[in-house]
Amino acid sequence: MVRIDFNRLRFLVIDDNAHMRRMLRTLLHGFGAREVYEAEDGAAGLEAFTHYIPDIIITDWAMPIFDGLELAQMIRQPGANANPYVAIIMLTGHSEKKRVTAARDAGVTEFLAKPISAKGLYQRIVNVVANPRPFIKTKTYFGPDRRRNANAAYVGPERRKGGKADTIRQTTLLEKVRSPG
Amino acid sequence: MAPYKNTAAIATYGDHEVIKPENKLRKYVSDTPFVPGEDDPVARAEMALAALSGEFGAMMDEECARLDKERHAVMANGFTKANKEGLFHAAHDIKGQAATFGYPAVASAADSLCRLIEYTPDSSRIPAKLVDQHVDAVRAIYREYSRSDAQDLASMLTVRLREVTDEFLIHENRNRPDILEQITGAPSAVPE
Repeated sequence: MVRIDFNRLRFLVIDDNAHMRRMLRTLLHGFGAREVYEAEDGAAGLEAFTHYIPDIIITDWAMPIFDGLELAQMIRQPGANANPYVAIIMLTGHSEKKRVTAARDAGVTEFLAKPISAKGLYQRIVNVVANPRPFIKTKTYFGPDRRRNANAAYVGPERRKGGKADTIRQTTLLEKVRSPG
Repeated sequence: MAPYKNTAAIATYGDHEVIKPENKLRKYVSDTPFVPGEDDPVARAEMALAALSGEFGAMMDEECARLDKERHAVMANGFTKANKEGLFHAAHDIKGQAATFGYPAVASAADSLCRLIEYTPDSSRIPAKLVDQHVDAVRAIYREYSRSDAQDLASMLTVRLREVTDEFLIHENRNRPDILEQITGAPSAVPE
């Protein structure tokens, strides 16, 4: 099992059900987390995301005002907020393929079906902390690479176009400001 | 809070970019393996949840009361948008939480009610009696949970509710093949 220093991680739990928020907070504190913030709907969640800048968001799907899916789409806007790459774990009672695909296409990083378990939640957190996937940006999508595994046996058209390109390191605004000239 | 700074390696291709953001969380991961007898965070979290379990009965009471209240709102004013969402969310929360609260047999009846609401194209056609039967089943299964035959009774009740619900849904969605496929059962796409 991978060991994580939970007391350095900052979590934001977004769920309209107070009991579920309490259970999640209990589990996270049990793992050793100290910073766990909460919001009770999508709008408050977006505000808390902007304010607290969490490392990991754990959100419910079905919520008032706007739901977890819409929240993910709002966060996955490159340049529009402080951290569009933030890990989003979608926690929901919906586990049908159609729902999972919709969550994936909204830019959700991990999906965890209810009922929650300590082990399941821990595994999702380990995944996003230790093995983050690269992000893909196209005209219609920005989010974690939806291809979790490279399948050598795949037969079919390659939907992504273009050959290999040089890797370009993007400098932060801070580095730009500090660099002379 | 200070703004979050992130550097990213970007590889540009014909119609897409592959971006590798700096993993600022990696420094919180240790590759040192756990040794036997060492404090296990998962076990610790399970213990923390178990310590909370004394309150699960009261939480379930609240969820069942909420479901009943939403049922009465539907019966009084019909399936308005707000009433429909209220009843669905109440059932959906029970479906998601019942097992964690220690009442897994309650979840199936709540799930059947969610399906009834979600997959009926015209909510006004949902039989009030079927809604009543679902809500009463959820509450009865929870109330009688300590009985020795509770699991068997819950199973029989839920199977029958599901049969009646599926029969209704298949009829209501007879011209919607994509929905019919969902009703008749694709398995969960999410690993445990």
